[in-house]
Amino acid sequence: MRAKIAITIKPDVLDPQGKAVLHALHDLGFSAVADVRVGKYFEVELEAGTAEPEAAIAQMCEKLLANPVVESYHFTLDEGAR
Amino acid sequence: MTIGIVVFPGSNCDEDIRRALVDELGAEARFVWHKETTLPAVDAVVLPGGFSYGDYLRAGAIARFSPVMRAVRDFAGGGGYVLGICNGFQILTESGLLPGALMVNRSLRFICRDVYICAGESKAALSARLDAARAFRVPIAHQEGNYVAEPETLRRLNAEGQIAFRYCSSGGVLDEAANPNGSLENIAGVCSPNGRVLGMMPHPERCSSEALGATDGAEILRAWLATR
Repeated sequence: MRAKIAITIKPDVLDPQGKAVLHALHDLGFSAVADVRVGKYFEVELEAGTAEPEAAIAQMCEKLLANPVVESYHFTLDEGAR
Repeated sequence: MTIGIVVFPGSNCDEDIRRALVDELGAEARFVWHKETTLPAVDAVVLPGGFSYGDYLRAGAIARFSPVMRAVRDFAGGGGYVLGICNGFQILTESGLLPGALMVNRSLRFICRDVYICAGESKAALSARLDAARAFRVPIAHQEGNYVAEPETLRRLNAEGQIAFRYCSSGGVLDEAANPNGSLENIAGVCSPNGRVLGMMPHPERCSSEALGATDGAEILRAWLATR
């Protein structure tokens, strides 16, 4: 079972990297880009049959993968992956 | 007075702070390897600057789980004095021992230069021994020093006097031009509600000796030692 986890800076926190990428995209002519948030992406392999995988992944995010003060997280679980 | 200096893999200011505290200010110091589960008999603890665990994931995020940090947390919880400098400050926020977080600098660049900070009026234990209006010239050297906190946390920090240092001009003026990294309200350091756990991004140990060309940091460290 594979969890795909995305960590992003919270909407109300300024993301300096996202702003820099936004400006670079505008410089390239992609004027339709309204905003960019830069984040982190994790793939976590869980042993098959892991109990309550959603709760486990949420705890991993809360305790380590994200800093809850400034970051939020989203994840999907891919049951078939190994 | 004996100071415990915690050494993580990647700490690189441990020897600098030892020299400042011992050679310049006459304290005693003991290094404490991060694998230790207890602290030796020390009067205060320093978490030094550096790049613990290579800043993997986030600066300070992995160091917070080092075995010694449980002992540091208990020490702080029992009213102990803890000073985190630069990466040490990052570890204290990641550990939840201090509020807020340190994000990448507004410029996205690593900044290594002298700045000015003032202590102002705060409940940080050393503040009572520092001239609140004076601007101290101290170097910073970091890429993640942009202090952020949720609005409610920021309000509480101000109301409770937990903002220990702010970036200012050489004349002590708090303005945006003096803010090197985008920190909220020019915050360079914060302390715990009891004033005894203090984190700061600037490096007082790097300006603590005539041989280093500057001594403002020695005055900050002397004030910190005197609070014990």
